[in-house]
Amino acid sequence: MIRVWLIVVALIGLAGCQSSSKPMYYYGGYQTTVYHYFKNDETTIDEQINALEIIIEQAANAGRPVAPGIHAHLGMLYFEQGDGVNGGIHFETEKQLFPESTGYIDFLLANQKEVK
Amino acid sequence: MSRLLLMVVTAVTLLSGCQATRQANYDYTAFRAAAPASILVMPPVNLTPEVMAPYGVMAQIAKPIAEAGYYVFPVAVVNQTFIANGMTVAEDAQAIDYQKLHEIFGADAGLYITIRDYGTSYAVLASDTIVSAQAKLVDLRTGQLLWQGAASASSGEGRGANSNGLLGMLVEAALTQIIETVTDRGFDVAGITAARLLSTHAHNGLLPGPRAVREQMPVQGN
Repeated sequence: MIRVWLIVVALIGLAGCQSSSKPMYYYGGYQTTVYHYFKNDETTIDEQINALEIIIEQAANAGRPVAPGIHAHLGMLYFEQGDGVNGGIHFETEKQLFPESTGYIDFLLANQKEVK
Repeated sequence: MSRLLLMVVTAVTLLSGCQATRQANYDYTAFRAAAPASILVMPPVNLTPEVMAPYGVMAQIAKPIAEAGYYVFPVAVVNQTFIANGMTVAEDAQAIDYQKLHEIFGADAGLYITIRDYGTSYAVLASDTIVSAQAKLVDLRTGQLLWQGAASASSGEGRGANSNGLLGMLVEAALTQIIETVTDRGFDVAGITAARLLSTHAHNGLLPGPRAVREQMPVQGN
């Protein structure tokens, strides 16, 4: 009986550690995609674009907001592939979702040659 | 007698919860007054021999910042902007004048990270992957230090409970080193370090940002 009591107390004590709130945003494999981009191996830019498009789709299907930076990162990848149309679309989406990015996104669009 | 002891154990366990030894409280006066809404992650200074360390940390750092309620600038895009402007060395980037950073990125605050440990080392009894880092949050409008913290994580934290005998431990140490190097465990451990470093729940941790506060408050009329 005492043993059971101690286990219950231990579990309650441990549970105090957990912060069980649900994430604010949907990330999917965003961190891994960013890591692959930095490592510059294993996956091609097209594969990374595909991975991010899937993440955005999954977020929409789940009705969850995408994490900040995902659209901007995807826009950069499109620009790198010479697709300025899709690049511009995703930069604008980042701005719409996160107005805090406006100044920087405008800087990027104005200096498109530098973003490689 | 044993009942009394039991009650004491119960009380201590429940009261202590998750709190480890308490440090002095961080002075949040400047942080609260500045109330930053967006955070720019500067290229991290890497004090380790592992060249992948800044990449692992940068890739993992965005999530805890976003979850804390701040807009976090896209880390890879930002890194490319620095490189495109000739700032290929993290120390140089971190030395850029804060006003210049505010002008280009429009960020309220900058996060200046230094990586102290990153990677796997074969020690006699355990070969763990350790990632430890420290960070300073600086107001890019005034140059004022708003907050600083440090965190560490190790892949060995949850392991070793069932290894028996010295030989078994030595074999485990050799095996885990091979596994951890191959699977790029540093990236995974960096995720735990990042979450601890920028937790808004930790004692002396980051203050929640406006997006988190907005989420918790009832919807207003705007």
